[in-house]
Amino acid sequence: MRSAAVRLVDISKSYGDVWANKDISLTVEEASIHGLLGENGAGKSTLMKILFGMVSPDSGLLEVNGQPAAFRSSADALEHGIGMVQQHFSLIGTFTVAENLILGRGSQSFGGRWVKRLDLKAAAQRTRELSDRFGFGIDPFALCHDLSVGARQKVEILKALWGGATTLVLDEPTAALSPPEAEELYEVLERLRREGTTVILISHKLPEVMRLCDRVTVLRDGAVVGDREIALAARRPGGQRAAMEADLVQLMIGRERPVVSQRAPRDLPPVLSIRELSDGKRIDGLDLTVNGGEILAIVGVEGNGQSELVELLIGQRKRISGAVELDGTDITALSTKQRFDKGLAHIAEDRHASAIADSMSLTDNASFGFIDGAPFAPTPFWLSRRLRSRFAALLVARQNVRASSPDALIESLSGGNQQKLVVARELARAPRLMIAAQPTRGLDIASTTAVHEALLALRDRGSAVLLLSLDLTEVFTVADRIAVIRGGRIVGESPIATADATQIGQWMSGAASKEPV
Amino acid sequence: MDILTISLVISAIHLGVPIILPMLGGLVSERSGVMNIGLEGMMLGGALAAVAVTFITGNPWLGLLGAIVSGLLSGLILAILTVTLRGNQVVASTAINLIGAGITAALVPIIWGVDGTSPSVPKIPSMTIPGLSDLPVVGPLFSSLTAMDYGTFVLAIVVWWVLFRTDAGLRIRAVGESAESADAAGIAVVRTRFIAVMTSGAFAALGGAYLSIVTLDVFQASMTQGRGYLALAALVFGKWRVWPALAACIVFGLADAFALRSQIVGIGIPHELLLALPYVLALVALATFVGRTSAPAGVGKPFVRA
Repeated sequence: MRSAAVRLVDISKSYGDVWANKDISLTVEEASIHGLLGENGAGKSTLMKILFGMVSPDSGLLEVNGQPAAFRSSADALEHGIGMVQQHFSLIGTFTVAENLILGRGSQSFGGRWVKRLDLKAAAQRTRELSDRFGFGIDPFALCHDLSVGARQKVEILKALWGGATTLVLDEPTAALSPPEAEELYEVLERLRREGTTVILISHKLPEVMRLCDRVTVLRDGAVVGDREIALAARRPGGQRAAMEADLVQLMIGRERPVVSQRAPRDLPPVLSIRELSDGKRIDGLDLTVNGGEILAIVGVEGNGQSELVELLIGQRKRISGAVELDGTDITALSTKQRFDKGLAHIAEDRHASAIADSMSLTDNASFGFIDGAPFAPTPFWLSRRLRSRFAALLVARQNVRASSPDALIESLSGGNQQKLVVARELARAPRLMIAAQPTRGLDIASTTAVHEALLALRDRGSAVLLLSLDLTEVFTVADRIAVIRGGRIVGESPIATADATQIGQWMSGAASKEPV
Repeated sequence: MDILTISLVISAIHLGVPIILPMLGGLVSERSGVMNIGLEGMMLGGALAAVAVTFITGNPWLGLLGAIVSGLLSGLILAILTVTLRGNQVVASTAINLIGAGITAALVPIIWGVDGTSPSVPKIPSMTIPGLSDLPVVGPLFSSLTAMDYGTFVLAIVVWWVLFRTDAGLRIRAVGESAESADAAGIAVVRTRFIAVMTSGAFAALGGAYLSIVTLDVFQASMTQGRGYLALAALVFGKWRVWPALAACIVFGLADAFALRSQIVGIGIPHELLLALPYVLALVALATFVGRTSAPAGVGKPFVRA
């Protein structure tokens, strides 16, 4: 048995009368990958913030390499060799990679800080060395906002390693990564483990935990509900793995994995047909048809025109050429509002930027898009508070949104519940075509299932769903047909029943004969 | 037409320096993420403090010191309002302007018993640099500038070096771009912002003191005439970088000098229009550049630790 890199004993932390963590004990072995699995709100992030000195626990003990430790700030944690890669990146976009890496690490003396020239050359040199050692291929002089999400994540890891971190905490590292990028990250983590780094992986994605972790601790409602070793045999697909996964899901959500209802193929006329659509920039002659009663999933590496396609469809981006027809009528000349009136609905990719207003109430957020008169008032000049609350309550009930009251600010809800409200609101338009962009990104299993069920129900009513997703598991779970986007065009399509993961990977990467990733 | 002479350059410097100083202050503050619209009020405070201390001690250099103290103090107030109490930065610094204008105007009759203008005090003398001042054409330049004019340009170099070449500058800019990221990197966000905002106050106050004990030898109510705002315009114009912003200040100074000279020389344009020239330039600068500027991303956002 290897020695413990980090040991937490009976850690408790409460916010008001809610226990974020309750008597949590955890032992992480050196040079292993330890998974911390749990639904959103299970207390994983709080626990790791305690370990990283960003939050101080109400009670409990912390040991690093067998020595008791007490952290008052993240600087203390760094000094003990604990580095953290946050879910929200802490890189400064307008700084170069090297500048981001040396930020806050300079000299302590007055002269060294205020007078002496900052040695960026040496920093760049060291960045390159470190980056080469782990095969990251990061340019030290690149500005961070020019990097892809995957590359930024690597910079974050470099940042932690730079300070000599021997234990690395990663909080949902693949939440924003495309499948090939995630795979690359997995290899990086395996490499780190081989070189003796301890990794704590916070995740709610079972497959990645099964693929990577030596051991996994499951949290639910702030407490440890299980601790399992993942044997080598269980990492490969097969009977042992399935049993283990079922066991972990049950621990995580306290019941069996919710079953998504079965698909029944239909043969209805097209709802959406796109011909030769171009915006002169990112979308380049795109053709696509979505039939009624069908969920079409568009997959692709992030940044290949997914967001632009959605913007074109909802009328937020200027079209140069091509046609978009909804139920046979051309909608290209219509405004966004007119398109919605024609039967479009949209679950936005970036919830906070375009689907909800954080500091407004549930009721207000529920009525967005419905406020020009009916159904809340007879004229555009007033809104009925009573009708709006009733509507909000209806949405809350329909999607089982957990909220204290309809007057609560939406930012007080968890991400999953916010998303459920958005989904309920968009479904309330009774859409002919639902555009769902990354509808389950960052959601836990229960919320994800709720969103999937809503999309499937819509499909069963004969409407069309255009699903944009980076998560292939999700695509295979709900979609009827899959289309791959690359460089602003659809480069391949396949019914889900006959879809071949290797072929899809090749379409996504554009490598016709390359080994699948 | 005797308008483009070395004396025009000299007066452009004389009129540019009191914009450059608050501009440098604004730069430091905004690079740390605190919008400082209060430069104007801080300048007035510095102008009055300089005259009052000089009046009491008879030494304009001590007056300068007094201005620095008043600037640090007004910076401290702004920092407490915006950083500690996390008040809205625009509202808080506008309050500094209103209070600065009000208090200084009210203090003149309290200190000297007269309204509006203080009695004369000794000025900071101009330096004659031996050798250089005997040169043809540019000679007068080296006999009519003061230590403060030279000091301002040295200060600009210092600000540029510290902000863009040292570790401290990287920290300050990091705080201004993203306080959360800086905090995660172990940088003391609150302390950094306090230092930056107080420095900003000191620089602005020096700009005010320049007007009252270098350009003139008295304090007059509202004597800054919007130079604090011109400094902000220069910042936007220069995209929060030292040299372009400094160039903008010189252009404003030149426009001002031109307007004053035209009054004497008479070039057939109503001089009231020319007097408005720097402000018109500022307006044009703001209107054309404000939409696509590169302000530090964290400006205006109070920092709360999660």
